[in-house]
Amino acid sequence: MLQIEVKDVKKSFKDVQAVRGISLAIERGEFVALLGPNGAGKTTLVEMMEGLRTPDSGEIRIQEKTWQKNEKELRKIIGLSLQETRFSEKLTVLETLRLFASFFDLADDRAKEVIALTGLENKQKSLTGTLSGGQRQRLALAVALLNHPEILFLDEPTTGLDPHSRLDLWNILKKLKDEGRTTLILTTHYMEEAESLCDHIIIVDEGKIIQEGELSDMLDENSHNLDELFINLTGKKLNDIDEIVQK
Amino acid sequence: MKSFKNNQLFQLTFTQFLETIREPEVLFWGMLFPVLISIGLGFAFTQQSEAKFQVMVVEQNQTKIDTLLSVYAHPSRIQGKPAETWKVKDEILGNTEFNFIRSDWRSAIVSLKRGEADLIVGDTLGRLYYHFDPHNSQAQLVYMKLSALLQSPSGVTSNTDEAEIKPLTLKGVRYIDFLIPGLIAFGLMSSILWGISYTIIERRSQKLLRRMVATPMKKSNFLIALMFVRILMNFVEALILFFFAWLIFGIQIQGNIGALLVLFLAGNIAFTGIAVLISCHTSKTEVGTGWINAVQMPMMILSGVFFSYHNFPEWSIGIIRALPLTALTDGFRSIFNEGGGWIEILFPSAVLSVFGVACFLIGLRRFKWF
Repeated sequence: MLQIEVKDVKKSFKDVQAVRGISLAIERGEFVALLGPNGAGKTTLVEMMEGLRTPDSGEIRIQEKTWQKNEKELRKIIGLSLQETRFSEKLTVLETLRLFASFFDLADDRAKEVIALTGLENKQKSLTGTLSGGQRQRLALAVALLNHPEILFLDEPTTGLDPHSRLDLWNILKKLKDEGRTTLILTTHYMEEAESLCDHIIIVDEGKIIQEGELSDMLDENSHNLDELFINLTGKKLNDIDEIVQK
Repeated sequence: MKSFKNNQLFQLTFTQFLETIREPEVLFWGMLFPVLISIGLGFAFTQQSEAKFQVMVVEQNQTKIDTLLSVYAHPSRIQGKPAETWKVKDEILGNTEFNFIRSDWRSAIVSLKRGEADLIVGDTLGRLYYHFDPHNSQAQLVYMKLSALLQSPSGVTSNTDEAEIKPLTLKGVRYIDFLIPGLIAFGLMSSILWGISYTIIERRSQKLLRRMVATPMKKSNFLIALMFVRILMNFVEALILFFFAWLIFGIQIQGNIGALLVLFLAGNIAFTGIAVLISCHTSKTEVGTGWINAVQMPMMILSGVFFSYHNFPEWSIGIIRALPLTALTDGFRSIFNEGGGWIEILFPSAVLSVFGVACFLIGLRRFKWF
């Protein structure tokens, strides 16, 4: 059974066509990177897969179910981290996790487990407003992992983090990959992130998939790494393009 | 076994409560500030203080005033200028002090414009003329007191043989009795509009609402928790204000306490509905602030919180009475000061509740979670 199936999905915002007919299929346990510059349509595509936006046309199925008919069921099996979520600054890490755990009917123990998993033990009594950028991203990941998600969506989880914090987060995700129970869809514009974590890479630009597959299959003598491949495919560098404002 | 602590409604309510009490500004503006306002205004309007009036004297010839001042007044300095002060004792209405400052016409007018003086006394061929703005009630009062004093300079007598002043000592007639129910109603409105509307808009702008609805959280639980905590806080805030008003000014509730609680709840329903309607769509806190002020400011001015709305033109009274804050304030006052009960609050409570529910439902239909 496919975990995610996207068929010819389109989405526009006023005069901006954010997603222009994307189709893809993701198998169970796969770690997939949606790679593309800012404004490529990655976030819009992921938010449609998360059931937070409705496509203008096309179809999205999660474990063969649709968001329209099975929202309640699907919310229980996915975990997600949005691009910029600010948790309530007056709550501690543990209180925030307890709150989100209660939405899944989970006990206190699970909140403590994800605290340990994301290395936030010595910050569990700190107010989230006092956390560093890396710690906030780890908290966002901890919240996403609370319900043992079968499908995990992470939207640019390491953007703005220093190399050390980024490495910390990668290590947590690698552990998850080794366990093999979770399907991951990760959006990023960092080549190294996609290379180091994911076995399936989908390159998106201007709302369309321009190439996809395993990294080794995508590289050749003209493209020794993803950066070169992206330049060869689009004629531009991955991190040069300004973000399209989405409303 | 499932613990009550893991219940999402409990967690939503508990965390909302924690967030509220961890905000020091909330405690100041919600609890301490109304108490300080009531103490300040209460003392300002209930203490029997000496009334002081400044009178500019512009004379070309000697008048009756000169003779009287030489007998009853003593030299003093007012606003750095030489003056003559005439103190009049009155045990019932309080003492009055007139400060007469001699000046030319031009300086007297400037003093009047600046609000430094209340009235100008001038003369033409020895006859006295009083110059003041006839629409200024303070100036009218000075004129009446001063003219009466000049008629009977040995002392202003409040009582005559035909009529007598009997000061009212009934409960509920002081300004503070008028003020406290108004402040409770105003506090309730203000705390709900800021506590619910602003919180919703802020969380929407932080994408926290979006993050929450991406879980199996029941949306109704989120709103219930927000409303419950706000109503609880309003109750505590009103109790604190009432406690201090009772302790310092001896305020009492003369009417039915059950009816007061029902009206209090109806007020919460009305303003919660308005708060949800205001915050149903926007994710910009600046826009939200504008909406909150647009709703709150007119009611704060018109609904008779601090002063009676009967001072407004007659044609506007019907409109003012239709405002939710007016209905709530009037209802509170009838219970606090007039011994009102169920009959007095039945209609306003029903109207407030229906209005609140209608606003809530419209807001919910248009509600944007992300």
